[in-house]
Amino acid sequence: MTVAAVKPYVFPPRDSVEKFPAPLLYIGWEDHLMFCAPHCLPLPPTMPFGALISEVLPGVYGYHPDFAKIEWSKVEWFKSGKPFRPDVSKSLAENGLKHKDVIRFRTPGLTGIKGSHS
Amino acid sequence: MDTRVLKQKLGLKERYAAMTSGLGWETTYQPMDKVFPYAKYEGIKIHDWSKWQDPFRLTMDAYWKYQGEKEKKLYAVIDAFQQNNGFLGITDARYVNAIKLFIQGVSPLEYYAHRGFARVGRHFPGVGTRVACQMQSVDEIRHYQTETHAISVYNKFFNGLHHANHWFDRVWYLSVPKSFFEDALTAGPFEYLTAISFAFEYVLTNLLFVPFMSGAAFNGDMSTVTFGFSAQSDESRHMTLGIESIKFMLEQDPANVPIVQRWIDKWFWRGYRVLTLVAMMMDYMLPKRVMSWKEAWEIYAEQNGGALFRDLARYGIREPKGFKDACEGKDHISHQAWNTFYNYAAAAPFHTWVPTDEEMAWLSAKYPESFDRLYRPRLEFYREQQKAGNRFYNKTLPMLCQVCQIPMFFTEPGDPTKICYRESDYKGDKYHFCSDHCKEIFDNEPEKFVQSWLPVHQIYQGNCFKPGTDPTKEGFDPLMAVMDYYELNFGRDNLDFEGSEDQKNFAAWRGMVQSN
Repeated sequence: MTVAAVKPYVFPPRDSVEKFPAPLLYIGWEDHLMFCAPHCLPLPPTMPFGALISEVLPGVYGYHPDFAKIEWSKVEWFKSGKPFRPDVSKSLAENGLKHKDVIRFRTPGLTGIKGSHS
Repeated sequence: MDTRVLKQKLGLKERYAAMTSGLGWETTYQPMDKVFPYAKYEGIKIHDWSKWQDPFRLTMDAYWKYQGEKEKKLYAVIDAFQQNNGFLGITDARYVNAIKLFIQGVSPLEYYAHRGFARVGRHFPGVGTRVACQMQSVDEIRHYQTETHAISVYNKFFNGLHHANHWFDRVWYLSVPKSFFEDALTAGPFEYLTAISFAFEYVLTNLLFVPFMSGAAFNGDMSTVTFGFSAQSDESRHMTLGIESIKFMLEQDPANVPIVQRWIDKWFWRGYRVLTLVAMMMDYMLPKRVMSWKEAWEIYAEQNGGALFRDLARYGIREPKGFKDACEGKDHISHQAWNTFYNYAAAAPFHTWVPTDEEMAWLSAKYPESFDRLYRPRLEFYREQQKAGNRFYNKTLPMLCQVCQIPMFFTEPGDPTKICYRESDYKGDKYHFCSDHCKEIFDNEPEKFVQSWLPVHQIYQGNCFKPGTDPTKEGFDPLMAVMDYYELNFGRDNLDFEGSEDQKNFAAWRGMVQSN
């Protein structure tokens, strides 16, 4: 469907990729809703996926007592809700991640504060 | 000498006719379609505008008289409250945060409503409709002013109130009510009436107004309560305009039914999402609680709303699509919203806190299905960390819903342990939503919602720094630069209530009342 309008209604999207210093990536940690919502980060497409894990995520999620217990080899990744197997040595772009993609990770065995999914 | 003969006064009915339809005419210099250019493009067909009746039959002369009388009483109470330092009688300084939320997020909507009704009060071809909308427009600006006056006393003594207008156009969570109303203001006149008069004023207003005003009464805030009383008779008129306008559209032409139904689906959901702020206020921000959000929802939405939609079934209208999901949300949204503000307490000009043990016991009793299982553990963890001097502040910006603009904290229908993610592709870009219903709103009007001013994205685009800010400078702190752009006094307006200036001042002032 389209907007009802009295004349042609065309406007540029406000959040196209060239407006940002780097493409946006959304990241959510399953079963840890103490972090109230997924996060939004502008990340260079050349960043290796491994650097996302070792450099970026500790600053975002390190406060949580479960974070230090994560076994990264066992983590399950999802992209737009579907299983996703990132190659940690390859860049975000080479892993197929584009502007405003959303990824989530599940850490089997870790279900938040007292198992409350917090 | 002629004796002046007094004319018999007009009766109510004649006066209403003279002051409404008597003021309109069929234009001849210009065609009516050019004079009322927005009356048809939405697809709503009106055959007979004279079928519109205002059950209150209120005319402008009577309107001024009533409002003037109410105003006198209201300002007498506001003056007395201010002169007697009435704010010292509130239950606790934490209560003032509910007032902050109101002046920041609700009062500006009154002003928007004033503008919206002024516009549609120009653009409907029906005279009765125009007059009713014009009076509501005046009501709304009056509410905006009287709320500002009723609450202004708090600004002399508490933080987080001094820049409400400035914040409304900038601060992240205020984009939720702002974008809600701007969506309505940029719609056609019939959609605007459905959005504001019907979905908001008729269906949902009891969940906005009653909690704030009874919250004020329960917590000793006579100034705000008196405003509430003064606005009450206006609200009943606004509700009537809401139901009358829906029935009028539905009765005029059967082709209107599917259009109105889609608007009801959209605006019920949009309004419900805005009310998340009220849910959190009721359950967490009132030191003395009125009722839980869940109880309010059951009375005002499930019972009253259910009856309303059964009544509208004879026109072919069903309950809004999101109704069942909204009902399921009653166990969760207040807790999820409070957690969000606790997370981002550094970036909001009001305080958050961990509820006391008694308050948690109240929450457990009110939310036996959800509180102890899902929400208590994180609050207790926060408290422990806070005691250890390690209060949690989420420092990474959240992902927002493209439509309601709320951080994506709502959970899946049927599974409150999973965040609900929805997305759409449109012209090569991805768009994300908190729910099926926000997604459907986008999919119906993508051209509109690709323009959403999402605060998080705006910050990353560099649009939320003051002119002259240099983000490439050594030691540039983006969060502080954004707070500077918000004109939020860091450490006074924001952060936890525990240790805040509000907390210390109120305790000191109360102490002075009670002893030497």
